[in-house]
Amino acid sequence: MSSTARDKLVLTIVGWLAAFLIFFPILWMVVTSFKTEIDAIATPPKLAFSPTVENYAAVRERADYVHFALNSIVISVGATLLAILISVPGAYAMAFFPKKHTKDVLMWMLSTKMMPAVGVLVPIYLIAKNIGAIDTRWGLTAVYTLMNLPIVIWMLYTFFKEVPKDILEAGRMDGAKPKQEVWMLLMPLSLPGIASTALLSIILCWNEAFWSLNLTVSNAAPLTTFIASFSAPEGLFWAKLSAASTVAIAPILIFGWLSQRQLVRGLTFGAVK
Amino acid sequence: MATVTLKDIRKSYGDVEIIKGVSLQIEDREFCVFVGPSGCGKSTLLRMIGGLEEITGGDLMLDGQLINDVPPSDRGLAMVFQTYALYPHMTVADNMGFSLRLAGVPKAERRAKVDEAARILHLGPLLARKPKDLSGGQRQRVAIGRAIVRKPKVFLFDEPLSNLDAALRVQMRIELSRLHEELAATMIYVTHDQVEAMTLADKIVVLQAGVVEQAGSPLELYHHPRNLFVAGFIGSPKMNFLPVTVAATDEAGATVQLPGGGTVAVPVQPGRVKAGDAVTLGVRPEHLRPADAGDLAGEVMVVERLGGETFLYTQVAGSDMIVVQADGEIPTRVHDRIAVRLDPATCHLFDAQGLAVERAHRHPLADMGRPTMARKAS
Repeated sequence: MSSTARDKLVLTIVGWLAAFLIFFPILWMVVTSFKTEIDAIATPPKLAFSPTVENYAAVRERADYVHFALNSIVISVGATLLAILISVPGAYAMAFFPKKHTKDVLMWMLSTKMMPAVGVLVPIYLIAKNIGAIDTRWGLTAVYTLMNLPIVIWMLYTFFKEVPKDILEAGRMDGAKPKQEVWMLLMPLSLPGIASTALLSIILCWNEAFWSLNLTVSNAAPLTTFIASFSAPEGLFWAKLSAASTVAIAPILIFGWLSQRQLVRGLTFGAVK
Repeated sequence: MATVTLKDIRKSYGDVEIIKGVSLQIEDREFCVFVGPSGCGKSTLLRMIGGLEEITGGDLMLDGQLINDVPPSDRGLAMVFQTYALYPHMTVADNMGFSLRLAGVPKAERRAKVDEAARILHLGPLLARKPKDLSGGQRQRVAIGRAIVRKPKVFLFDEPLSNLDAALRVQMRIELSRLHEELAATMIYVTHDQVEAMTLADKIVVLQAGVVEQAGSPLELYHHPRNLFVAGFIGSPKMNFLPVTVAATDEAGATVQLPGGGTVAVPVQPGRVKAGDAVTLGVRPEHLRPADAGDLAGEVMVVERLGGETFLYTQVAGSDMIVVQADGEIPTRVHDRIAVRLDPATCHLFDAQGLAVERAHRHPLADMGRPTMARKAS
């Protein structure tokens, strides 16, 4: 076997191992959701068991899945649309009319993501309480929008940088006002980038648990709260928790699977050039 | 009517001044070419006229109206970019009709104007295509078509031909000339190619380091360059420069001592130089003739045969290599010794500061505008 072929084989094995390692928790969760509670906590873990759907039935009986899922959809999509709506003009200005401190502003925006969310829990909670935003969809949407804004601006900024300046200038010479320039030229030209940014933002919102647990009770509670409600004070029910988690992540998993090409392209955009 | 007036136009980035006070008058229907080496500020100047760069100082006027702070979308100018800058997501027809769409022109009228431009540029069969399905030359024509459609007051061209291959460039150059006549519009054109400048321009503006070195008709620049830079920049191959000393002066001009012992009496305005001055003699390759006996002698180091003509790169003692344009049939080989004859009437003199000593007689063609333009204007 030539050395390049061997290298290729080793890399392939390493790649599969890494992929399996990353995927294993999800696989284990799905498998566990089909076990009885006794089988679920057995040590050593039982690999041979008779599958059951009783956990799913129990989950369905205990909570209104559709209610939580709907909250997740409305809040994730709403926060994403809002973040993009705010970020497009911002990223446009920074990408095409950079000033002396544009880079600093971008770094400062990113730096807000370096602080743990719990650091601002008390002020945000108090503000939310005072303005009546606790356990409301709009309240959580607002928090998620702010949470994702730095990432969305950064990604859009990177994508916009890839659009040739000449094309926008040609538009300006053709008589386009800034709004038309963004809407009729910049947006269509960076649509793949905007789509990947939106996808990532939706996924981040969907999986967010810290703010949803702290700022919602039931009305506006998304699926992450739904999962958490299964780790109740009565004790942990691994199988039911797994079943709840499986149905909670299933939509976003399928969504991510369908859009994986777009996502990978978006996340590696501009990396090779 | 569209005249463009620049009054002491300046542009700085921080402390660095790129355009150092340019004053210029571009007449209605004039084809004005900005030419100069890379980084001389010619593109920046064009972009300032277009409104794509802010003006740091001075006045920019369009038809007498100050437009320094008018946004590009309201200036009514059209620009053709070096990269063509077509809208990749639109068809050729939509590209060309975009400005009309923005202006709220009804669809039928838009269609008619796009068709008219397509007819002028022979783009008819391509109207439904996207830019990525076009060749370089076709893209270039679409970019020009996009400018034509809106009937702008002034056309701005930013090195529009530099991405085309040589044959296509010549063809497009001719088309641009024809277009200028057909549209009878004011055009401002940026290039680093002096041949493009010479062939297209009514007026050439030679720029260097943000300063106008000279502005005038192509033949004025060719026959009466104001300084060494313009003399060297206009003409191909470039003018030969020989360091010489003034031997004597009289009413008819100055006699200079050539390397190798000979002298030549150059007809220049009297009084500018005196005997003993170190000056530079400039003479174009096409004005040098190989002869049996001549004013200069040297060894041929390189022979470039273009078929119709031959360039002899000749080492003259006491000087740099000079280029002699000879007939295509000349049998001279490398290392042959040749003699070269000078025609005093074609010689230029430059003083120690590099400024031209005004020639005694003005060239009869130096002040001639383009015949087509004269006809149009009358």
